[in-house]
Amino acid sequence: MKGVVESPRKAYGEALIALGGSDPDMVVMDADLSTSTKTAMFAKKFNDRFFNAGIAEQNMMAMAAGLSIDTRTVFVSTFAIFAAGRAYDQIRQSIAYSSLNVKIVATHGGITVGGDGASHEMIEDIGLMYGLPNMKIFIPVDSNETYNGIISIAKIKGPFYVRLSRMETETITERETEFKINEIPVLREGSDAVIVGTGQVLKRALDVAESLKKQNIDVAVYNMHTIKPVNREEIERIARKYGVIVTIEEHNINTGVGAIISSVTSDVYPVHVVKLGIHDIFGESGEADELMDKYGLSVKDIEEGVKYAMKIRG
Amino acid sequence: MKPVLTELDGDISLEKKGFEKICDIELLKRKAVDIRRDIIKMIYLAGSGHLGGSLSIADIVTALYFNILNHDPSDPLWVERDRFILSKGHAVPAQYAALAETGYFSKEKLWTLRKLGSDLQGHPAMHKLAGIEASTGSLGQGISIAVGLALSLKMRKSNSMVFTIVGDGECQSGEVWEAAMAAAHYNVNNLIVIVDRNGLQIDGETEKIMSVEPLSEKWKAFGWDVTHMNGNNMEDIVKTTSNVLQNREKPSVIIAKTIKGKGISFMENNVSFHGKPPTASEYERAIKELGDIL
Ligand SMILES: Cc1ncc(C[n+]2csc(CCOP(=O)(O)OP(=O)(O)O)c2C)c(N)n1
Ligand SMILES: [Mg+2]
Repeated sequence: MKGVVESPRKAYGEALIALGGSDPDMVVMDADLSTSTKTAMFAKKFNDRFFNAGIAEQNMMAMAAGLSIDTRTVFVSTFAIFAAGRAYDQIRQSIAYSSLNVKIVATHGGITVGGDGASHEMIEDIGLMYGLPNMKIFIPVDSNETYNGIISIAKIKGPFYVRLSRMETETITERETEFKINEIPVLREGSDAVIVGTGQVLKRALDVAESLKKQNIDVAVYNMHTIKPVNREEIERIARKYGVIVTIEEHNINTGVGAIISSVTSDVYPVHVVKLGIHDIFGESGEADELMDKYGLSVKDIEEGVKYAMKIRG
Repeated sequence: MKPVLTELDGDISLEKKGFEKICDIELLKRKAVDIRRDIIKMIYLAGSGHLGGSLSIADIVTALYFNILNHDPSDPLWVERDRFILSKGHAVPAQYAALAETGYFSKEKLWTLRKLGSDLQGHPAMHKLAGIEASTGSLGQGISIAVGLALSLKMRKSNSMVFTIVGDGECQSGEVWEAAMAAAHYNVNNLIVIVDRNGLQIDGETEKIMSVEPLSEKWKAFGWDVTHMNGNNMEDIVKTTSNVLQNREKPSVIIAKTIKGKGISFMENNVSFHGKPPTASEYERAIKELGDIL
């Protein structure tokens, strides 16, 4: 259902159970965070196909490679900071290099982790994973898209990095919404300006688009759930239509979706890209909303970003 | 007057300063109750934080800050201080409480834990708060930092010791053993590691999740002197640590048997209190239980 506050992590757990039921060879790993990542839901049902690596993410990641070499689909989960960060080299050498069928589902991505602070706030994983040949990246906008996306990537051979947030956010899509990897679906049509973003922060972008209507600004919002492979044609189409793009992400703007989109547009149809996100600074402890407000993702930041984009486009 | 330091060559003699240590075991025990009360209040007010692992090390941290460490709360960067690094950084409420109770900052500041703008981050941040010697939180790394720091102190013939507390779940991390190997290789015998052997991690019992035993044999095989103590018994902590300090030929590890959630009946050995704050009624009950001890 649309408009209900739900946990994408729980939707991930449900998807794992569905997949585990239809694929008797599928295995799941975690590193002592199964209650948080929700792989515990799979563990409860398929205990003999769940392996807890303990607090040893690097070992877990390369073990997952080994399990997948024997033709299994392997889902492996921990917080984004320990997946893309701690185990980066294992992802690169043991998984991506040989394009193994390991699906890394990293939770607690971004600054909205909250109280744990900067040591647990992963703001550079999109850049790290985007730079890896063979790797694909999927970042869902809500719990329904999490479920549908996980089911869909399980059918695609090769490595995937999936980033979920800790936050529960209002659903924007439906379970019944058809999901196609690689597409950049439009969440809201608009004629004056466009926001292209990724992940649950898009809920804020939609709210701002709605409120800008009162100021007679009609903003479109696009959901770039597949970061890699990047859909160059669609980005070109959006760039041509609007002449300027505002991007939004819970990530360092240096290496995130904004940087990726501007690198595509500079190739195919150069336009200004106004990047909303974290400005190359570590986060801190706080409530999720407070952190978004402080670190470049406030309602005001988004409104001003849109107005600035319209101004420089002329 | 503070002596002006031009070079840290280890030969500079500084006037002896520091914190007046408490040697009375009964008094130390009462301090541990204060620390526990602070921990519970901090996490309650923050609405998040790690109760179980903070309570299990409350006695050890009390003994360190009030009895064992040479330090000076009025001069946190005093060159000759002993260093303490909390490798299991999620238990930092225990350390913040000890820093406040020994006078590094006002107790009022404790209640800002995890709040936006506070120096008291959810995990230790050395660039934010005086008294924190290293930024930790990603398990396995604090012990490596401690080895590097101990090595540097030894190079300049400092008498300072480095203490670090690692979790037993943390011992599953390969980096802990890389650090152990390096410490023995460079013989950093000015390093004392305390393993908080509370038997639990997030997903359950360490021995069921990823067995770390035989722990003592592992450390021995890596070239360390191994001692055991009851990490929730003040007398044992003070006695054992002082023995270890006097006999340091190799890097030393003390395996401290503790109880996760120690001191609050319904939190003890209860894995659900690893990372969740107490409810209002749990908070009241916990504070009452601590009151009854005195
Ligand atoms: C590298 C890394 N992986 C995962 C975590 C998440 N985490 C925080 S505490 C914890 C369990 C720690 O268990 P243990 O070391 O036994 O500590 P204690 O029982 O004292 O809380 C985990 C997995 C982390 N902080 N660092
Ligand atoms: Mg433990």
